This record gives sequence, C-alpha cells and structure tokens, in this order.
Amino acid sequence: MILIQAPVITVDLVLNGLLLGAIFALAAYGMALVWGVMSIINIAQGEFVMLGGYVAVMMYWGGIHPLLAVPVAALVMFIVGWALYRAVIFRIVDRDLFVSLLATFGLSILLQQLMNTAFSGNVQIAEAGLGTMFLFDGLVTLSQIKVVAFVLAIVVGGCMVVFLKRSRMGQAIRATAQNARAARVMGIDTDRVYAVTYGLNAALCGSCGALVAMAYSIHPYIGLPYTIRSFMIVVVAGLGNFAGVIVAGLGLGAAENLAGFILGAQYQLAFVFGLLVVVLVWRNWRLAAKRQYLK
Amino acid sequence: MRITRTLVLAAAGAVAFGGAALAEDTVTLGSAISLTGNYSTNGEHTQRGYDLAVEKINEAGGVKIGDKTYQIEVKYYDDESTPARGAELVERLVKQDGIELILGPYGSGLTKAVAPVTEELQVPMVEANGASRSLFTNGWKYIFATLSTSEQYLASAIDLAAENAEALGKKPDEIKVAVVVENDPFSADVRAGVVEDMEKYGMKLVIDDQFPRELNDMSATLTKIKALKPDVLIVSGHSKGATTAIRQLSEQKVSVPVVAMTHCDSADIIGNFGAASEYTLCATQWAPSLAYKDDLFGSAADYAKTFEAKYGYAPPYQAAESSAAVQVFADALERAGTTDKTAVRDALAATDMETFYGKIKFDETGKNIAKPMALYQVLDGEFKIVAPSAVAETKAVIPRPAMN
Repeated sequence: MILIQAPVITVDLVLNGLLLGAIFALAAYGMALVWGVMSIINIAQGEFVMLGGYVAVMMYWGGIHPLLAVPVAALVMFIVGWALYRAVIFRIVDRDLFVSLLATFGLSILLQQLMNTAFSGNVQIAEAGLGTMFLFDGLVTLSQIKVVAFVLAIVVGGCMVVFLKRSRMGQAIRATAQNARAARVMGIDTDRVYAVTYGLNAALCGSCGALVAMAYSIHPYIGLPYTIRSFMIVVVAGLGNFAGVIVAGLGLGAAENLAGFILGAQYQLAFVFGLLVVVLVWRNWRLAAKRQYLK
Repeated sequence: MRITRTLVLAAAGAVAFGGAALAEDTVTLGSAISLTGNYSTNGEHTQRGYDLAVEKINEAGGVKIGDKTYQIEVKYYDDESTPARGAELVERLVKQDGIELILGPYGSGLTKAVAPVTEELQVPMVEANGASRSLFTNGWKYIFATLSTSEQYLASAIDLAAENAEALGKKPDEIKVAVVVENDPFSADVRAGVVEDMEKYGMKLVIDDQFPRELNDMSATLTKIKALKPDVLIVSGHSKGATTAIRQLSEQKVSVPVVAMTHCDSADIIGNFGAASEYTLCATQWAPSLAYKDDLFGSAADYAKTFEAKYGYAPPYQAAESSAAVQVFADALERAGTTDKTAVRDALAATDMETFYGKIKFDETGKNIAKPMALYQVLDGEFKIVAPSAVAETKAVIPRPAMN
C-alpha cells in the first residue's frame, strides 16, 4: 500500500537492498570459485568474512582509517587461506563432498571460538566516518560506505573475470576446474592452483568482512548468514558464472529488503530461504522440460 | 531403576560428606557459567561479580553460621553457553560434588535450563542474570533472582513518554509507538512489558517488528519508521540491536522524538558513535551513580571503584547484580544458622536487605520486587539517570532535538 503511495520509499528500499546485495556478492564470488575449482562447499565462508571484519576493527583501534583495511584484510586473509589449505584443505580436495563439508564446518567452529577467545563475544564496529548521501530531500538515504562497497563489489567481480580469462594463473585455475587430471598431465601444479584458489576465496571474504565491519557490525558468530547467503547466490547463479553471481547477489539484497519492509523483519530471512526453494524448483522444472531421452 | 538411582545418590552423598569433612570451615557455592561460547563476555562479568563479593566477604571475616565462621568459596564449571550443558553441570555440582547452594548462570536461556534441575533436586539457587519473566510463572520454589525481570526493562520509557506527552505536542493516547525487538525470549518479554504499559495509556502500536538473531541490518524497518513517523521507538536486541539501531538511525537520518533501548552500555554506544548516541534512553538494572549502599561495599560508587581497581574497567550491571547474589546467600546463611539446603531456602525467601545494588526482597515466585529498573539518557556524552524520579540525576530531554 504505502509503497504505491510513496514510490520514493520503494526507491530507498531497493537501493539499500542493492548495496546490501553487493556485499553478499563479494563473499559469493569466493564460494563460487572454490566450489567450481575444488568441488568444496566451504562452510567456513562466513567465518572468513568475520575474520576480515576483525582485521578492519583492529586497524580502526590502531587509528588507521578502516577503508585501508579492505586491501589489508584481503592480503591477510589470502595468507590465512593459503595456510589453511596447506594445513587442512589439501587433505580433502579429492575426497567425498561429505568429508569436505565436515572439515570446513569444523574449521568454522574453530575460527569462531578462537575469535571469541581473542576478542570476546561483543559486537564490534569500525567507523569509517564517511557520512550519508541524501537524495530526494533526504527521503532516500545511502550511506557512503555502502556505496563504496557496491562499487568495489562490481570492480572486484570484473577483475576476477579478467584474471581468470587472461592471466597464466587464471588459465591454470580454469584448466584445473575443467579437468584436474588432464591439467596435471599438461604440467600444471594443481596443488599450487588449489592453494591460490582457496587463498583468493579467503581474500575476497576478507575484504567483504572489512566492509561489513564498516557498514554493519561483526561479532564472532556473525558468519552463518553470510555462508548461507553465499551458498544461495551461487546456487541461483550457477557455478563459474561471475556475472550471474553479482546479479543474483544484488537481486537477493533488493528482494530481501523489500520483503523485510512488507512482511516485517521477522520474515526477512525466511523469505530468503523460501526464495531459494522456489528458484530450485523452478530450475528443476525448466531442466525437466528441456530434458531429452535417448531411445 | 529406583534402587540404582538411590544407590548413586547415596554414593554421591558419601563423596560429598567426605569432601565437606576435609574443608571444615569453608562453605562452597557452585555455579555453571558461560566462560566460553556466545555469552562468554557476560559470563566473565558474572563470574567477576561473584568473585569480588566472595573476596570482600572473606576479607571481612567470612560468614557466621551458627557459632562458627566460614570462608566462602565458589566452584565453577564452564557451560559453554549451551543450555543442555548447563543443566548437566549443575546436576554434577549437586550430585557429584555435593554442593547444595547454587549461584545462577548468565542469561535467561541458561537459567531456564538450570532451574528445573535445582527444583527437582530441591537446592536453592540465587541467580543474578536470568530476567525472563517465564522463569517466575512455573511455581518454582528454589529460584531467587536479584535483578528486575525483563518486562520492566523499557516500560518506564513509556511512562516517561506519557509524562512528557505535552512536550511531544500530543495527548498520551495519541502517541504512536514503534517496537523493534529481536526474536528471543528476553526481547519478547521486553516487548510484552512495553505493550502492556502502552495499553494503560491507550497509545497506538504502529510498527511491531521482530528481527531474527542472524540479522545485523534493520534498514527496511527504519524506512518504515521514516514513513510512519512514530513518537517513540523501542529497540531491544542485546548489543547487536543497540549497535545496529544507533548506527542506522543516524545513517538513514531517521529522527524519532523518543528512542529507548536495552544494552546501550554493553554496546558502548557513546564510545562507538559519539554524537549519534545523544539523547538515547537506555534501560539499566543498576548504575554506579544510584544512591544505594550497604556495609560490605559501601555505596554503589564505592563498589564501582573497588571493581575497577581489581579488573581495570567500570563494572557493568551484570557484575553488580552478581555480587549482590553472593551477598544474598551470605545473609541467608547467617540467618539460617546452618548450611542445610531447606533451611537456607526458607531464609532466602524471607530476605529483606539493602545492598549497594538496591533493595532486595523476593515475592513468592522468587523475583526481586524491591528494586526498580533505572533509565539512563545519553547527555553530553555521559549516561545520566533520568528515571525513576526518586533517584534521577537530571530531567530527561524529551523530545530529542533533531539531528543536524
């Protein structure tokens, strides 16, 4: 009702939702990458986001502008991701999906508890002090940090596509994703490719986390919703489809925000999951329609 | 089945007896508390509150039970912030360790898991951090709470709005209220208390949103607030709710004349947001500036000094109410003249004392009915008590001036 009477509110909701979605998309890039290349569904995705957030919070405490934390968190998390691959993940790459789910689930609990011990369970924030943009007489408000996040998500998405298409490492990653065995035969060090892939994923999540700490808030148990939304975005977009990831991420953010407004906040997450089911059913139905049987 | 159970109990009793004989002049209280997991920060505040009171009481010579003085000691277990674990550990405290005087865990959820155990084993529990009113509607006889229950948290904000209705340019029954709470038992109680109080004045509930625990974004709700322009905004969602609300209210430039919330101090809204937190009303169980005092700690301000000297930060109310719980136990033990659990329970029920934390007197359900909730307002970067009026430091600024 009110949405039709005051279209400007709809604009506000959709814009804020798009900005929210961009942050999800960042984490989802990483998940798409790891899932596509290594066939691992990384349950610890949200925990990487959380760790990146703590990098930003620490820099904020140290008096450094938290926007700088976006690249720093990416770098730190790349190293963390690399180290985790060398310690844990390499053991599960070629194993059953169930094993990798369990292992990354274990990692997520470990990271949560470590951060809880180090930083306590309190809610933390990093304040970038960027202020807010007002449109239409202040009826539409966009916090600038979210706009920064949005632009960054688009740019990073573009960079990922170019990186995978053009660079040697990107080509090696794609080759490994297509057929790891053949890639090994062709002289690609797949172990290194996996380590870089996992590190890249952690780096993407890290920069996402720094943005979350600046735009929203973080605490050690914030991870799960980010894991779930990444999963949902990747499922909707399809593996290896980076343009799809950003579109799905933005769409999800906008839809979620509108649903929160219309149905009330209590149904906001329920709506996300409902949407996931609808998308999966619809997909299956489309596929079934196209399916051809050989006789 | 029954025989084995009796045997186990007898064995546990024997162990307990042996243990008691060794440490002759100490009384041991037991507590399963969240030292790790989700509630570890507040669990630590709780533990420090207990420890500080124990230390003070022992320094002052201990507790006189009958004609003998005892030192107090607390045995802790870590419940890992998990209700099932908490219940299990309290059972272990009683059955294996033979401790029959229990101090409560942190939080309503855990207290609710533990209370049925203490009830079944008929051991008294004094708790300081379970505020949910559902703890006091089951006819439980062995639970005693030093704090005010959660439906009282923000009800006083509604009273305050009604008192200042004229300043808001309305009659009390024209005031529009938006309630935004997290989807958990505590916040549901807060909401119930607010709604009950609103009905008293005939105020209108225009927004009634419950956001899930996982959500750290309330921009959709705030857009709704911007459209419907309520006079009062009530937020309850622990530290995350307070942090999110303050940050997004200023980001989206939503101006509501009266904003009241819980957990402002644990979210450190002043330190984190400075000017954006100005004029926010905050519910608190206790504050160092309140005019309560006792013989052990002195005034509330003295307690704050003692606590800060030992732990290096100002005591949150979670610590204060925990210290008070130990004082309640010590008082009841002295009056009972024995450590027998039934006698102590009866002495607890008859408690009527004054502490630095406020007056403590339990009704038949075990909740403290002598101490009101207090309300702070952030004024010039400081928390000032504005309600209840009997102990207020200054008058509340209502409506809050528009943000620039």
